[in-house]
Amino acid sequence: MTSRFAGTDSYVATEDLMMAVNAAVTLGRPLLVKGEPGTGKTQLAEEVAASLQRPLYRWHIKSTTKAQQGLYEYDAVSRLRDSQLGEAKVHDIGNYIVKGRMWEAFESDVQPVLLVDEIDKADIEFPNDLLHELDRMEFYVYETRQWVKAHHRPIIIITSNNEKELPDAFLRRCFFHYIRFPDEATMTRIVQVHYPTLKKELLAEALGAFFKLRETPGLKKKPSTSELLDWIKLIVAEDIPPEALRTDDPKKSIPPLYGALLKNEQDVHLFEQLVFLNRRRQ
Amino acid sequence: MLIPFFFKLREAGVPVSITEFLALLEALEARLANASAEDFYYLSRACMVKDERHFDRFDRAFAAHFKGAEELFDSMMKQIPEDWLRRMGERNLSDEEKAKIEALGGWDKLIETLKKRLEEQKERHEGGNKWIGTRGTSPFGAYGYNPEGIRIGQDGSRNRRAVKVWDQREYQNLADNVELGTRNIKVALRKLRKFAREGVADHLDLDDTISSTARNAGLLDLKFVPERHNAIKILLFLDVGGSMDDHVKVCEELFSAARTEFKHLEYFYFHNFVYESVWKDNRRRHREKTSTMDVMRTYGHDYKLIFVGDATMSPYEIVQPGGSVEHWNEEAGAVWIKRLLKTWPHHVWLNPEPQQRWEYTPSVQITRELVEDRMFPLTLAGLDQAIKALH
Repeated sequence: MTSRFAGTDSYVATEDLMMAVNAAVTLGRPLLVKGEPGTGKTQLAEEVAASLQRPLYRWHIKSTTKAQQGLYEYDAVSRLRDSQLGEAKVHDIGNYIVKGRMWEAFESDVQPVLLVDEIDKADIEFPNDLLHELDRMEFYVYETRQWVKAHHRPIIIITSNNEKELPDAFLRRCFFHYIRFPDEATMTRIVQVHYPTLKKELLAEALGAFFKLRETPGLKKKPSTSELLDWIKLIVAEDIPPEALRTDDPKKSIPPLYGALLKNEQDVHLFEQLVFLNRRRQ
Repeated sequence: MLIPFFFKLREAGVPVSITEFLALLEALEARLANASAEDFYYLSRACMVKDERHFDRFDRAFAAHFKGAEELFDSMMKQIPEDWLRRMGERNLSDEEKAKIEALGGWDKLIETLKKRLEEQKERHEGGNKWIGTRGTSPFGAYGYNPEGIRIGQDGSRNRRAVKVWDQREYQNLADNVELGTRNIKVALRKLRKFAREGVADHLDLDDTISSTARNAGLLDLKFVPERHNAIKILLFLDVGGSMDDHVKVCEELFSAARTEFKHLEYFYFHNFVYESVWKDNRRRHREKTSTMDVMRTYGHDYKLIFVGDATMSPYEIVQPGGSVEHWNEEAGAVWIKRLLKTWPHHVWLNPEPQQRWEYTPSVQITRELVEDRMFPLTLAGLDQAIKALH
């Protein structure tokens, strides 16, 4: 039933990532994915779902999200309103139980992929509240006194940006993978996957400029994979020749369209200053 | 073979539990790793390490445990990247530097030393020493490259890449004893955040009111809660100037992180040690001073006191009246700090100097005794311990 994940046409997976995903799929345990923003954590769930041909359920976590909301919610307000209007359905509490993303995934006919996105955004206790559900893949609805059990153990992919530390008990139940920032070879493959027709020369220049920019000391937010892809898209759209990207030419040492790479005003400022200093030195 | 490995990991400080070990066995039984050393490495890492900060420790424990045992796996471990190192060196070093290396006994000797140094570092680390890896080991640093900077496997040869991924120690900078950014500090400080509901119940709790009314079959049932306060109050004393200049960036980050995390945060500056006055604005430090006595009277005992300073100075500045470098102090710094600690019994001292240097600086020793040994290094791990000590 389970097949192996080996990356897709639009997603380059490193060997260690494939191993982690396959381990999680085979053993039916959640996979926790961490890494710099923009390295494709959320993307991973979509690609796993696509390559294994499973439906994907996304549960995006916010600071106000409660664990209970992923299971179900009791809509007391509509029930109150209905009772004031004297509607008949008010007598069945089941009419006011709203299913959450996890419940939906549990009811899927084929094994689904459930993405719990940015779990660290939620309250510190959030992961603890899901321990039993992740372990047993079942929960109890108090209002209607029923057990909800997963038809098929979902493949659960959880992403985190490290804003909060996750509790040990939760971590023990997961497999873990840290998406490292890709090295130049992997990055070349990633760009080729997205822009197969891109000229080699342009790619080499763009990557050179990109990694050089990442090495600028003191940047608040280093540009990552997603920014590089956006930038290349712009370069292709504007039809900028590879020569213009060469950064050792002092007159053009700011890469064109760098707004796509640097998202922070202070970073742009810092970068311009450095370039200015370099020019003076030359 | 695996059980000793499990204990070795625990010894190396990777928090693995039996659950995780069993998960690994289960995964091996499911034939996820097909007899390749690299597969096994990735699989065991995904199973047993849950935090990228521990990757480096894992890598070293793995390397130590499976050293010599690699032949068991179907892999090609014969090539030790010495020739690679040599090439790397030839590319990066100037002729003059190469001559120096020759003088030291040539490449073989240097690599020998490098290996030994790595071993030493590992042992020291296991002994609980926090600061390895942040500075290059000296002979290597002198030539402009250190073990940290060595990247094995850049030239894309499959052989070499397969050889000992774990020996590359690429996760070194993720270890929690190295980097300290604003975000990291925030995460650490958040542990100190304790929200409590205090005071009278004066806020209408809308959610609770709605749900109780609904449960009450439509009869209005009002609910109130007290307002939410951040219950932690912080008093920050920061050392500025002199030997602290090297640490300005770290302190700035700590400060900016602290400021956004706490509602009740007061800060004061001092130079080297606290005496009868402190100040709030470093540019006008000579004109606008606040008497330390006033500070002690103003902020209640429930404030938690955090000093940030390297405590590196002449011991006279602490123990002698008139010992201050800047002015004539009637009473010794030691007297003042005792007063402060008596006023605020919850206190810690954060020291940005690397911990292994503390014992060589007498003034640090004196300060440590004065603050009842609650001095912690300004690293994430140190911050964690400090916050535990404050509770």
